[in-house]
Amino acid sequence: MRKTLKIEERFYRVLMFLSTTFICSALFVILFSILRTGLPHLSWEMISEMPHGGYYFGKSGGIFNAIVGSVYLSLGASLLAFLLGLPIAMFINIHLIRLTRFVAVIRFLLDLLWGVPSIVYGAFGFTIMVFFGMRTSLMAGIITVSLFILPIIVRAMDEVLRNVPKGLLESAKSLGSTNSEIAYVVYFKQCLPGIITAWLLAFGRAIGDAASILFTTGYTDFVPHALNEPAATLPLAIFFQLSSPIPEVRERAYAASVILIFIVLTVSVVSRILSNRYNKNKINF
Amino acid sequence: MQNSIIDIKQLNLYYGKQHILKDINISIPAKKITVILGPSGCGKTTLLRSLNRLTELDASVKISGEILLNGQDLLNSTEDVTTIRKKMGLLAQRPYPLPMSIYNNVAYGLRISGRRKKKFLNSRVEYYLRQTNLWDEVKDRLKEPAATLSIGQQQRLCLARGLAVDPQIILADEPTSALDPHSSRMIEEKFAELKDSYTIVLVTHILRQAKNIADHVIFMYMGQVVEQADVREFFENPKEQQTKAYLQGQFY
Repeated sequence: MRKTLKIEERFYRVLMFLSTTFICSALFVILFSILRTGLPHLSWEMISEMPHGGYYFGKSGGIFNAIVGSVYLSLGASLLAFLLGLPIAMFINIHLIRLTRFVAVIRFLLDLLWGVPSIVYGAFGFTIMVFFGMRTSLMAGIITVSLFILPIIVRAMDEVLRNVPKGLLESAKSLGSTNSEIAYVVYFKQCLPGIITAWLLAFGRAIGDAASILFTTGYTDFVPHALNEPAATLPLAIFFQLSSPIPEVRERAYAASVILIFIVLTVSVVSRILSNRYNKNKINF
Repeated sequence: MQNSIIDIKQLNLYYGKQHILKDINISIPAKKITVILGPSGCGKTTLLRSLNRLTELDASVKISGEILLNGQDLLNSTEDVTTIRKKMGLLAQRPYPLPMSIYNNVAYGLRISGRRKKKFLNSRVEYYLRQTNLWDEVKDRLKEPAATLSIGQQQRLCLARGLAVDPQIILADEPTSALDPHSSRMIEEKFAELKDSYTIVLVTHILRQAKNIADHVIFMYMGQVVEQADVREFFENPKEQQTKAYLQGQFY
């Protein structure tokens, strides 16, 4: 008996070790291949300049427009989704605490929406735009992307709020707090690190998605100066360059990927720092 | 009973189909310590929580009967439930400090009651921290998170926080069960002092604690009140057979 247990234990340990190694090395290979192709083409010109005429045929210029467009779009969309999503997450965890079945249905619907591919959101956003006679614009992109990341940010915050011990809710209730005071003072402070992480997750999805913005944000060689102007974005810049027959242009797509990865990395690090900073008041139950 | 602040009449509480509290009829004297005593699972905590209507948080709870506070029914009150809860401070089995600084934990109750003047808050926070013997330990670190305090200090902070709301009644649900003996004794001594100004309802299963600090004892078993009496009479001359058996340690 003991011997079979030992063999079983060793078998699973080897299995876990192998899968961990496999996944980590796959990630490493992806990162490595992007960096290897992209880094030699990454130049200051590429980061700081607009595409000049013939840029997509291998001539000079950069993708400054796409960098700025992507940052505008994903900051705008994640902010909008956050402002809409936080009240939803608070509402289902505090105000609706008695209605456990109803809340389960809401969670199920949000999970369903999470699973809907982003191109469907793009098509939906496009239909709405046509209905209102809007053109492709930064605004349309922000709205579409925020709809697409809304279920993600709500469920991510929801999972954090759900882990608040019931005793804290009861203590706050016993002091005579209203539900809003509990939500935006007690729960907000207790969950702030997790809320920041949820926002980060949504930001990452927003900046990396191409399908939802293809029809809604459009593409342009200029930096948008207003919400009703179309905007270039990094995922689409990568897409257009990768579909080029010219090898030089295709390799620039990897450089654009490096920029995208760098932005996500920077945002992660900053939000991790913020999250640690606001961690001090959190009570560990 | 004379001078009773809370009178409970025919209280029945169901958890789904489970009958948790059965025909509870009790009176709780004002400015005394009333101990609800009984073995685990007898419904004493549920009874305590129904006083400030925390049982409402669970939709499967059905409650009937009357809970009168100074003659006013709490269960069918037109008063807002937050106003009712402000009349009672709760001390839970383990401390749940709010995720903010020591100072703000105490100031929280004042702020939600609309008191915002800095000077007033400062003096009240000091007053309540002194009341719970915490001031000397924390006066140099008021801005630090409450999480940095020890469990015993956190429980006293929770008491200070509860007192800051200016309740008439303190509800305590086995408040010493997570604490070390020294901190437990501090809480017990504090209760003995506080009963001059507050009515205290304490749930416990510790006989020694009940004997030490109670004025009035309510003994519960299987969702029913078996006996309620003055502390001396309860321990020296219990009337019911079940009470005698419990006091002799035949069940816990």
